[in-house]
Amino acid sequence: MARTGFKHIGIYIVSLGAALVLVWLSFFIGVKDIRFADLWSDGDKLSVFLISRVPRTLSLVLTGAGLSIAGFIMQQLSQNRFVAPSTAGTLQAAKMGILFSVILIPGATLLNKMLFSMAFTLSASILFMFMIRHIRFRSATFIPLVGILFGNILEAISTFFAYKNNIVQNTQQWLLGDFSSVIQGQYEAVYLILPVVFLGYLYADRFTIAGMGESFAKNLGLSYGAIVGLGLISVSLVVSAIVVSVGAIPFVGLIVPNIVSMLFGDNLRRTLPITAMAGAILLLACDIIGRLIVFPYEIPIGVMIGMLGGIIFLFIILRRSK
Amino acid sequence: MIRFEHIVKRYGQKTVLDGVSAVIPTGKITSLIGPNGAGKSTLLSIMCRLLKQEEGKVFLNDRELNEYGNKELAKKLSILKQSNNLDLKLTVRDLVSFGRFPYSNGRMKQEDWQKVEEAMAFCEITDLQDTYIDELSGGQRQRAFISMTMAQDTDYLLLDEPLNNLDMKHSVQVMKMLRRLVDELGKTVVIVIHEINFAAQYSDHIIAMKEGAICYDDDAGQVIQGHVLEDIFEMPFEIIERNNKKICNYFNL
Repeated sequence: MARTGFKHIGIYIVSLGAALVLVWLSFFIGVKDIRFADLWSDGDKLSVFLISRVPRTLSLVLTGAGLSIAGFIMQQLSQNRFVAPSTAGTLQAAKMGILFSVILIPGATLLNKMLFSMAFTLSASILFMFMIRHIRFRSATFIPLVGILFGNILEAISTFFAYKNNIVQNTQQWLLGDFSSVIQGQYEAVYLILPVVFLGYLYADRFTIAGMGESFAKNLGLSYGAIVGLGLISVSLVVSAIVVSVGAIPFVGLIVPNIVSMLFGDNLRRTLPITAMAGAILLLACDIIGRLIVFPYEIPIGVMIGMLGGIIFLFIILRRSK
Repeated sequence: MIRFEHIVKRYGQKTVLDGVSAVIPTGKITSLIGPNGAGKSTLLSIMCRLLKQEEGKVFLNDRELNEYGNKELAKKLSILKQSNNLDLKLTVRDLVSFGRFPYSNGRMKQEDWQKVEEAMAFCEITDLQDTYIDELSGGQRQRAFISMTMAQDTDYLLLDEPLNNLDMKHSVQVMKMLRRLVDELGKTVVIVIHEINFAAQYSDHIIAMKEGAICYDDDAGQVIQGHVLEDIFEMPFEIIERNNKKICNYFNL
């Protein structure tokens, strides 16, 4: 522990530093020019800061951390590096849940949407795990293909019901992650990610052991089914909270755990802080760049992540297939 | 002592184990041999509760296996199957330390690290402790996994085809290590093994299976005889004796 511990502490400090710098930038970059000193002198600027900038930044941090950890858990439970919320139908299920809450409960509250979304993502995750357990041809790229197919089927069902109810346009928006509309009073669901991060740390060893396989986990006296259940509930909670409050963000759950694994290994107890911070850094950086390049307009984070994530994902596939 | 009585296991219509009973002798290496599909691996998995049998009972130290709690059983009996995910970037030291999980629940004490060090030293992998398991050779990896079960500190160790994909040198290393586990530490080892000569050279006791039933259950010397092996494997065997060791030849006969 001592040998590797030292190296890791250095990396924790560096990534924490980077994350804090980005948080600071995110606080003070925007159409309204706000400086640190203004917060004490200008009440107008202070309220913009508190109502818009702080919620936006916090939700970026929590979303990045939550999606990365959810991605890691999914990859361990499915024993496949390419399984993530975007390649296992999880995002599509979350969207489907919101759709049905809107159709079934007129004037659905955030809580209604959240609960529906969670029920749907959890069911979809269980179904996906069940499918991949019964696939004989377990090649590394085949499983995520099944997941993407599964997601497309869910998407098609959603579109059908949305079309029937004349809300196709609304539903399309739910899958476009966007932080520009995050304001006080509408983003608080992302705080549900915090207990999952905590739980991830508490159960880090168990998730890593589950990644070695069912017989391995059982040999060590662990209840494999309970770990899988807990993992899937965590993933569903994170993904639903994010889709309900900011919309779907692709690639983060896929690329962050892979990069962290390549650089620092798979022992979650050691890599969880790095995984969480790397996810936050990626989202903060993409959001800030998106805010700057067409200033005073914005490029949605989904586009930024899509471009960057696609390139990184290609790199990961090429490296892994060696 | 592991004892099982009238174990029946079916997969759908197919009966894989048809009422088998035996006692695994304590403090010895017992090899399960037999042709493919005889039910050896299934029996091994039932002995450690990874699979559930339709009928029959397994006893560990005269107590039924089902009465043990998960953690409790993990301190008495460990199993190594070939189905472990080898794609994970875990260091050897991390892997071996997972063997302490039934005791530590993830919070490793000084005493736990002591056991980890001892287990790595015994399996001669201390030099490799910071290497990721996906970078090890087959033989080194097998030693790392066995080292993990040593850290688990169980009296019984079950291994499903531990020599799979190993070359001769590494196979001999692994078998010698298992021999030392039994001779020096008094453990009880049960292995499913295909290469008959490894069974002949290194085991004390052999249980031979055929079509879901046990056909021979005796000292290794009694089973390693031409007519017995011919009966089990349905092919000609020639036993060559040299320096009190029996070598089975089944080529070009």
